[in-house]
Amino acid sequence: MAYSEKVVDHYENPRNVGSFDKNDAAVGTGLVGAPACGDVMKLQIKVSADGIIEDAKFKTFGCGSAIASSSLVTEWVKGKSIDEASTIKNTDIAKHLALPPVKIHCSVLAEDAIKAAIDDYKRKHGA
Amino acid sequence: MSTQTTQDRLANAPTKPVYLDYQATTPMDPRVLDAMMPYFIEKFGNPHSRNHHYGWEAEEAVETARKQVADLIGADEREIVFTSGATESNNLAIAGVAHFYKDQKNHIVTVVTEHKCVLDTCRHLEQEGFTVTYLPVKTDGLVDLAALEAAITDKTVLVSIMAANNEIGVIQPLAEIGALCRKKGAFFHTDCAQAFGKIPLDVEAMKIDLMSISGHKIYGPKGIGALFVRRKPRVRLQAMIHGGGQERGMRSGTLPTPLCVGLGKAAEIARQEMASENARLTTLRDRFLKTVHGKLPEVFLNGDFSNRLPGNLNLSFAYVEGEGLMMGIKDLCVSSGSACTSASLEPSYVLRALGVEEELAHTSLRIGFGRFTTEAEVDYAADRIVEAVSKLRSMSPLWEMAQEGIDIKSIQWAAH
Repeated sequence: MAYSEKVVDHYENPRNVGSFDKNDAAVGTGLVGAPACGDVMKLQIKVSADGIIEDAKFKTFGCGSAIASSSLVTEWVKGKSIDEASTIKNTDIAKHLALPPVKIHCSVLAEDAIKAAIDDYKRKHGA
Repeated sequence: MSTQTTQDRLANAPTKPVYLDYQATTPMDPRVLDAMMPYFIEKFGNPHSRNHHYGWEAEEAVETARKQVADLIGADEREIVFTSGATESNNLAIAGVAHFYKDQKNHIVTVVTEHKCVLDTCRHLEQEGFTVTYLPVKTDGLVDLAALEAAITDKTVLVSIMAANNEIGVIQPLAEIGALCRKKGAFFHTDCAQAFGKIPLDVEAMKIDLMSISGHKIYGPKGIGALFVRRKPRVRLQAMIHGGGQERGMRSGTLPTPLCVGLGKAAEIARQEMASENARLTTLRDRFLKTVHGKLPEVFLNGDFSNRLPGNLNLSFAYVEGEGLMMGIKDLCVSSGSACTSASLEPSYVLRALGVEEELAHTSLRIGFGRFTTEAEVDYAADRIVEAVSKLRSMSPLWEMAQEGIDIKSIQWAAH
């Protein structure tokens, strides 16, 4: 199976790999997937006082498409408000990366990771 | 090569991808191709043409090849049936015996880690009304002989157990299994696609009644295999391919002379060079393992180490998913037991049968060394894998948790 150029680019030059302190009040952490399924994504967002995602980091256990999906969404969420970020759809991720049908679940997981990170941030702020 | 540093070796990358998938297939040995060449154009006869020169020379070549195959396993040449490959041989052995003896016996015993062509043939026979017992394996991949003995009944016509596993290279105790089958009155079939030409096999000492053989796993051509069918005591089969009655009625169709010659030559070379080749492969494998274990923690070998094909490794690189890893080592040709390399999204059924946890099954690579693998390639491969695993672990959330002392099993993961 050949990967699209965009998947290869994100795999070879992943954007925003790393971690924030998950106890920081400005940080929301999403951890989705399961090791037994072969995919785990950790996505973290750092949110400014006015609700804008200033920075994002990820770490992913998974195939190239899973790594590319999570790398891509860290780029997409930056500069967005948390409400805007929560509208990112897995279909947009899959389309951008030209994922084949068997890899659609990677994009679903990336969307779930954004939502989980936002939920975590909101929970910290009593929303 | 020992004076070179890792940096030197990585800088001097080979120009072609390094082939380390010898359990999938092998390149032909040039000596095999040389032996085959005359039989395409010059000596093109139909080996079944009994009354002219071209037929006779083709027949002679085919019979020489049959003897070369037989000699490698201690068989008589009249016990060798040429087929299109080990898949056909397995189908013919299992379904052929089951169908021939169906009025007397209706039970087959096999093992969950068999190749799909054995398991799928058994599934089909179940649909026809046969009963099949699928034995589990121990955590080292080996069959429990007591469980096997208990599974064989007076209705058991056939026990089918592979010699060496295609994924984990584990070698089953053939002589013990053969003795058990003989004692209990069941035929013993063994799929030797991975073992023929790689380890010593003797159909008498091991009491093997049927043996499946492949050409392309032993530096021979693709599209040819063989089935050993014992004559004394005689094993009968119902043919699957009907026609001119070639191969003593067990497999009709004109024999592909060049392919038969290639299989024969490959078998002859294997017989002459097995001992020295296995010693060399063991050295290469140990060299590879030493580098990897020296530089990476938490790398686990799947399957027994001592009862194993010398050229096979199956390693789990914990916290790094197999397909993701393969993408990082694109210039190494290996295979993975990860779900993501198949459409099924299930990790390797062989590793699962060993009790390898799913998260580790997803991190496995099968690395196969062979006749044309060089020491430089082994060193390069080890360095590339160490480099890729280290990079992927640095971006793995599971590795991060493990370093923080978090037990991954303590987390409530949502299945997806």
